Amino acid sequence: MTRSGAIIVAIVVVAALTAPWLLPWDAATQDLPNRLQGPTWQHWFGLDELGRDILARVLLGARVSLMVGSVVVGVSSILGMAIGGVSGYYGGWIDQSIGRVMDVLMAFPGMLLAIALVAVLGPSLVNVVLALAVIGWVGYARLVRGQVLRAREFEYVTAAKALGAGTARVLMRHVLPTALPPLLVQATLGMAGAILSEAALSFLGLGVQPPTPSWGTMINGGRVHLLDAPHLTIFPGLFLAIVVLGFNFLGDGLRDALDPHRK
Amino acid sequence: MLRYFVRRVLLTVPVLLGVATLVFSLIHLVPGDPAQAMMGDGASPQDVAELRAKLGLDQPLLAQYVSFLRHAVTGDLGVSFRTGQPVTLMIVERIPATAELAVAAMLVAVMLAIPLGVVAAVWRGTAIDYGAMTFALAGVSIPNFWLGPLLAIVFAVELGWLPVSGRGTLAHLVLPAISLGLALAAILARMTRASLLDELNELYVRAARARGVSNAASITRHALGNSLVPLLTIIALQFGAVLTGAVITETIFAWPGIGRLLIQSIGFRDYPMVQGCILLIAVTYVSVNLITDLMYGFIDPRIRLE
Repeated sequence: MTRSGAIIVAIVVVAALTAPWLLPWDAATQDLPNRLQGPTWQHWFGLDELGRDILARVLLGARVSLMVGSVVVGVSSILGMAIGGVSGYYGGWIDQSIGRVMDVLMAFPGMLLAIALVAVLGPSLVNVVLALAVIGWVGYARLVRGQVLRAREFEYVTAAKALGAGTARVLMRHVLPTALPPLLVQATLGMAGAILSEAALSFLGLGVQPPTPSWGTMINGGRVHLLDAPHLTIFPGLFLAIVVLGFNFLGDGLRDALDPHRK
Repeated sequence: MLRYFVRRVLLTVPVLLGVATLVFSLIHLVPGDPAQAMMGDGASPQDVAELRAKLGLDQPLLAQYVSFLRHAVTGDLGVSFRTGQPVTLMIVERIPATAELAVAAMLVAVMLAIPLGVVAAVWRGTAIDYGAMTFALAGVSIPNFWLGPLLAIVFAVELGWLPVSGRGTLAHLVLPAISLGLALAAILARMTRASLLDELNELYVRAARARGVSNAASITRHALGNSLVPLLTIIALQFGAVLTGAVITETIFAWPGIGRLLIQSIGFRDYPMVQGCILLIAVTYVSVNLITDLMYGFIDPRIRLE
């Protein structure tokens, strides 16, 4: 399962990065006389309503999805690690205050808060990343806090303190590294979540704006032509599902590999 | 027992206050003047000033906050900018549709997930298990905004078995409920499998087998019931995902619920309505979690004694 996930993710990353050199078609080039044409030997995924090559747009959309996923996961995990680490290590009123903020953010189901934030800030790629990071860090913080609460009682941490190591050194060198394996699993599954959320927001018209290709925007645009040109919807959705499945396989496999209880 | 209930309810109050504060601050996150944003660039300064006064945006921030909380507690969420109707009234009218869809989706999920999870657990490590779990993981990965239109093409357009959109008969509910419930089914199937495997290793199940109880009876009469208890929490937690998913499903199938109202209101920059919908969904989610916790305390004495 891990291997299948890794292979899927690797293929998509390589295809997204090398798309401009792999394909003879540019994602913006229009072939209006053949608009909505189905898959052919020339255009494997067919053409969209403006005669643009769907394969080129799907691969360019992969870049957007992977970029959003990486930035959201990166920002959320760093924030979550810092906040969760401080919360768990210091405890007391700091932990209580951070805990209440997390409770409030967790009170908003799924990506509802992201929808609300993008609705007021305005639809754009930057605001999508911002909104997903605002809701994303909480999960990482809770995970890291739990790990830190456990790790701070370890004898080698007490020994480090007794040897005169400062708080920052104890946290960075001895406590936080224990949270890395579960954090890696959560980050991998978080990539799948972030990619799906970006696509969902773009589908609702709140994310990436045309003409920049995004899988969500492409699926939404294709709905008008579901009957006469279903390939407009099928291919971006299929790619989205495969990539999310790849990250889910990878995350699940990593969790099994890193957790001795699951072996 | 009563002490546990009161303590759990009191713990919810600060969360609800935090939710209300965050929802209140939403309109103040609008870049520039929210009243100007709602009316557009072509609006006259008088009209904008009038709307600002109507929304109370000309008041000091603290006064606005106190007023928002006071009105929210009494169920007054303001007036829709688009229709001029009370926000609460418009939301209340949509609640039955969303509730119907959410319950139907959860039923679909439970009906699919429990047999799938049981089959996977009973035949653990076989091709059946791998097949069921791959199907479950695929279910989590397939976005409902892609699955919905595809289901509509096949079952509504090509086969003509079900209506494409709208609400009315039971037939209208089938496609939105499947589209919304599949991801939840996938999560529940995985949880059912894990939970049942745990129970099958318990001593009471082994003792039952040792007494000569058949494999099927030890699962259905003994292990299955207990393995479903943890699912209660997962179902409650996933209720939030169902509510968020309903925003998309209602948009796809023109289902006249709160989710569709929210997306329409975002399009019209009807911020009071957006605030109202977000607040209602979040409060519903918090309430469902509270009820689940209380039920859990009722079912499992260890929790209320903690």
